[in-house]
Amino acid sequence: MSEAATPRPRRERPGPLEYLRRWPLRIMVGGTLFFLYLPLITLMVFSFNDSRRNIVWEGFTLKYYEKAFSNASLIEAFTNSLTIAFATTILSVILGALAAVMLWRFRFPGKTAAEGGMALPIVVPEICMGVAMLVFFARVMPWPQGLPWPANLGAIIIAHTSFAFPFVATVVRARLASFNRELEEAAKDLGASEWRTFWDVLVPHMQPGLIAGALLAFTLSLDDFVITFFTAGPDTVTFPVKVYSMLRFSISPEVNAASTILIVVTVALTAIGLHLQNRNAQKTKA
Amino acid sequence: MEQSWRRAKAAFAAIALPPLTWLLLFFLIPLAVIWAYSFGENTGPVTIDLTGTFANYLRAIEPIYLEIFWKSILIAGLTTMLCLVIGFPVALAIAFASPRTKTWLLMLIMLPFWTNLLIRTFALVAVLRENGYVNFALEWLWNNASWAMTLAGFQPLGEFEPLKLLYNNAAVVVGLVYVHLPFMVLPLYSALDRMDRSLMEASLDLGAGHLRTILLVVVPLAAPGIASGVLITFIPALGAYLTPDLLGGTDSQMIANVIERQFKRANDWPFGAALSFLLMYLTFIAIAIQTTLQRRADRRGA
Repeated sequence: MSEAATPRPRRERPGPLEYLRRWPLRIMVGGTLFFLYLPLITLMVFSFNDSRRNIVWEGFTLKYYEKAFSNASLIEAFTNSLTIAFATTILSVILGALAAVMLWRFRFPGKTAAEGGMALPIVVPEICMGVAMLVFFARVMPWPQGLPWPANLGAIIIAHTSFAFPFVATVVRARLASFNRELEEAAKDLGASEWRTFWDVLVPHMQPGLIAGALLAFTLSLDDFVITFFTAGPDTVTFPVKVYSMLRFSISPEVNAASTILIVVTVALTAIGLHLQNRNAQKTKA
Repeated sequence: MEQSWRRAKAAFAAIALPPLTWLLLFFLIPLAVIWAYSFGENTGPVTIDLTGTFANYLRAIEPIYLEIFWKSILIAGLTTMLCLVIGFPVALAIAFASPRTKTWLLMLIMLPFWTNLLIRTFALVAVLRENGYVNFALEWLWNNASWAMTLAGFQPLGEFEPLKLLYNNAAVVVGLVYVHLPFMVLPLYSALDRMDRSLMEASLDLGAGHLRTILLVVVPLAAPGIASGVLITFIPALGAYLTPDLLGGTDSQMIANVIERQFKRANDWPFGAALSFLLMYLTFIAIAIQTTLQRRADRRGA
């Protein structure tokens, strides 16, 4: 695409491959973005609408935010969701990185089976995993009731980690493919121990993959409804489960307000993560 | 070169044990338990005997459940097709945009992906319901048309009847397309972006139109991307629970909703377990078909 670099007068006909400058495709892209964003934007805008009927604009208000913030069970669900997401991220990054290094570094009997097993949580339908977790925590390993917070969230954290860490492993393994194995050998030749080599040579190289994986694990955990729905008990409600039960009664602007907060939180966290990753990439290049 | 595990047994154990143990304990064992339950029988309100019966599977292939499986496949298939039809031109436009625009468009496509699935579905409910924005816009158009007709001397149109856009099969398909569109656009984009553009230029120079070039040159070249986009859209759509639950009517249940009912209200775990495994086998079949097609295409290409 060398011609893209040369400045061109505005009214010229689009070049043969500049599909974005052709109107049928412009309509397609515009229409798709409209379809993707209209529901979300109306949801966010109408969380500030001073009307219960929630359909005609009747003036700006923050009262649904006040209501959402004074709704103790909603706040609790929100805190639970964030706690679970943080714990899941930490566990998934550790397990995912180890799994990636295992599959990248070693030749061992049953490797194909291990690779297949790691891919399973990614492809198994959510509902199947949800019911498996339900049965597991009901019959095989009952999670003790009435534990103090945050130990009572253990079952959900375990379930989330089980589906999130294989995603992290995939991302980290892709990053490891660009590692020069001789660096590791050099470190060992120079007398570094196995642990030092891992920590000082391999981990810094994996870092961008670890950040991307952490981001992925965090969003996957925060986003999950189905698996949590089956693992959550009455006193371990997460934000999506809470919103779901609020929706069952009625659609109130309070849910809009709470959802807007969650959207802003996720988008902000992702932006920070991407920014960190970009800065890292630039640092490696420099 | 990969290292043999025997040459560094301690390191191998330290690295491999945590993830493998976790996978076994908290993923494979739970799946194995419901697999065992699928051959069991309810003998009391909370007791299940593993009798090795096939009754649950036999019940699962009764016409009523077979119909739900078939319907889930149809809905997921239709969703995938719509995603492909919408996603392909979008991916094409993004792949050929200038680098700056490309980054922005990709961000815009990915952003809804990071928003909670439940919130997105709920946002769609607010748009589609009887007093939602779509009906609101239609009513406005209707009233204006009615007013225009009276101006022109005709009878005004009757009272506006809001359309029932929610709680039917169409709403489920719209919801699934809404949720899964980014899954389709991203692999298509990466395939189109890697494609050798000189082939397209050659086709255009030799006199083929844009449509012919796209159908006969671009689509075959992007086939692996299309195949993986189809697969990663079809699999989650097939097992979708939330979308049919929130947007569907009484007759638009998909297989995941039936499974949920067995584990919650109906309290028939063995039957639900059998249905879960049938859904999983369907998923594996879809993956196997894709892999075989891919391999055949690779061989033809080589």
